Amino acid sequence: MADKALMKGNEAIAEAAVLGGCRCYFGYPITPQNEIPEYMSKRLPEVGGKFLQAESEIAAINMVYGAAACGVRAMTSSSSPGISLKQEGISYLAGAELPAVIVNMMRCGPGLGGIQPAQGDYFQAVKGGGHGDYRMLVYAPSTVQECVDIIYNAFDKAEKYRLPVMILGDGMLGQIMEAVQLPKMRDISEIKKPEWAVTGENKGESRKIINSLYIEPDELETVNLRLAARYAEMKKNETAWESYLTDDAEIVLAAYGTVGRIAKSAVGILRSKGIKAGLLRPITLYPFPSEVFLKLAEFSHVKKFITVELSLGQMVEDVRLAVEGKKPVLLLGRAGGNVVTPEDIAAFAEKEGI
Amino acid sequence: MAIVFKKTDMLTDNPTHYCPGCGHGIAHRLLAEATEPYSGNVVGIAPVGCAVFAYNYFNCDMIEAAHGRAPAVATGVRAALPDKTVFVYQGDGDLASIGLGEIVHAAARGINITVIFINNAIYGMTGGQMAPTTLAGQKATTCQGGRTPAEAGNPIKVCEMLATLDGPSFIARCALDSVKNVRAAAAAIKKAFSYQAQNKGFSFVELLSSCPTNWHLNPVEALKFVSEKMTKTFPLGIFKDIGEN
Repeated sequence: MADKALMKGNEAIAEAAVLGGCRCYFGYPITPQNEIPEYMSKRLPEVGGKFLQAESEIAAINMVYGAAACGVRAMTSSSSPGISLKQEGISYLAGAELPAVIVNMMRCGPGLGGIQPAQGDYFQAVKGGGHGDYRMLVYAPSTVQECVDIIYNAFDKAEKYRLPVMILGDGMLGQIMEAVQLPKMRDISEIKKPEWAVTGENKGESRKIINSLYIEPDELETVNLRLAARYAEMKKNETAWESYLTDDAEIVLAAYGTVGRIAKSAVGILRSKGIKAGLLRPITLYPFPSEVFLKLAEFSHVKKFITVELSLGQMVEDVRLAVEGKKPVLLLGRAGGNVVTPEDIAAFAEKEGI
Repeated sequence: MAIVFKKTDMLTDNPTHYCPGCGHGIAHRLLAEATEPYSGNVVGIAPVGCAVFAYNYFNCDMIEAAHGRAPAVATGVRAALPDKTVFVYQGDGDLASIGLGEIVHAAARGINITVIFINNAIYGMTGGQMAPTTLAGQKATTCQGGRTPAEAGNPIKVCEMLATLDGPSFIARCALDSVKNVRAAAAAIKKAFSYQAQNKGFSFVELLSSCPTNWHLNPVEALKFVSEKMTKTFPLGIFKDIGEN
């Protein structure tokens, strides 16, 4: 594999996962992410890894749970309805403190919805779609290169914080082809096997038990507090965002993923018309870059925020929470698989934002 | 003095939480004894149900699975650890109801694992509700007049169903109701693990087991219920055996 390649988002994600040390993939077909399992079915055996097409999304995430329990870098991918089915397993991964990577190439909903791009799974990803008090590290890449960079390192993050990491993309990102610079293949023999991992070789006191059941309230609360401390640590270290022309911006657009790119073009249109627009694009949706939003809201040059998303209002709630009422936060949302254009955003900003 | 009996090293010294007269204790011992030859190279998967704490009792690395998902978890373990002995321990609600998809596909793939299936025809841990294997006419808290097939369906015969698949190497149904049958169960479980050791693929042993607490019978009557009632719906025998090499 050449270092530089022209790749579809889904394929680039699969390749970068393998380069990053992924050696087990379990998944179930669903549009628009099928290139990931298809690519993995061919690629993983070449590096001594294991691909298996599961009988369901539920089985796939539990296979990930089994492989992850043994300290092997494991992942699954799906799209919205399939991700709903994985929620039970995601909660168990979080509860058993197991690292794993889950890719959601979002389509529109609710229900069977449609197969066009959408961002309606934001709440499910960042607020905990499964039961219980847990969080994931949630990334929202906006380019194929960013997909590569994020998933290449995602297994390290998952292992560091012992939790599931989600890559939240959308149908557009999965299908778009772009030139990417691929990183070098990680030598997995150099990746230290976690001390908690099941090997089958332990007995007596040294037995490894992977479990999320704690009957004693104090014992479980201790676990909850340990997880919360880890989430706090993650917020400190991993919160990521892109700030674009916000230094003098009067209108700050807030958008993530592919919509972040579209919003960036809208900033260009608005600037060419003499309107001081900027963009704050969260790269991690959990932890959310709340402090960055708050700091911007405290500047007198910032008049308004406009959240642009492919849902009728999900991330906008986090933006509103973050700015603490200091500045108005408007919403431009599209749904059903319709995608906003830079012109739509510029027109909305001109009409509502000033 | 010569030692004539010794508790297997594959069980921990933790006291179990099982009710008096329950079959899980016998099943645990048989399974633990059968894994002795593989000691130090064993991974077990525990279910949700009465055996949810099984990870406290087996002296090997253990993984607790979500309800019904143990065969999928074992499939992941098998992918990660191709050379270890892997067993799955499941009850009837876990395996034959909420986890039916997982067990059928693990069997169809011929995943090289051994599954021990405890069939006591009731949901024990949750207090005696109807199971997928509850007999016609048998009372449970969610079919208080007795299971009526017209309304509540028929018991699922898992061995017979899995035996239609090409993946399994060995499928047997035994009962824990008499010394003779317990010995036969021990032999079947040993054979299942020996097939796994020979990489023959999926092996499966169903154990008809008593639940005096939720059947509202004393332990002796409960064993009689296994012998006289359960074996009528779930006949004992070997349903598939691809044979030794």
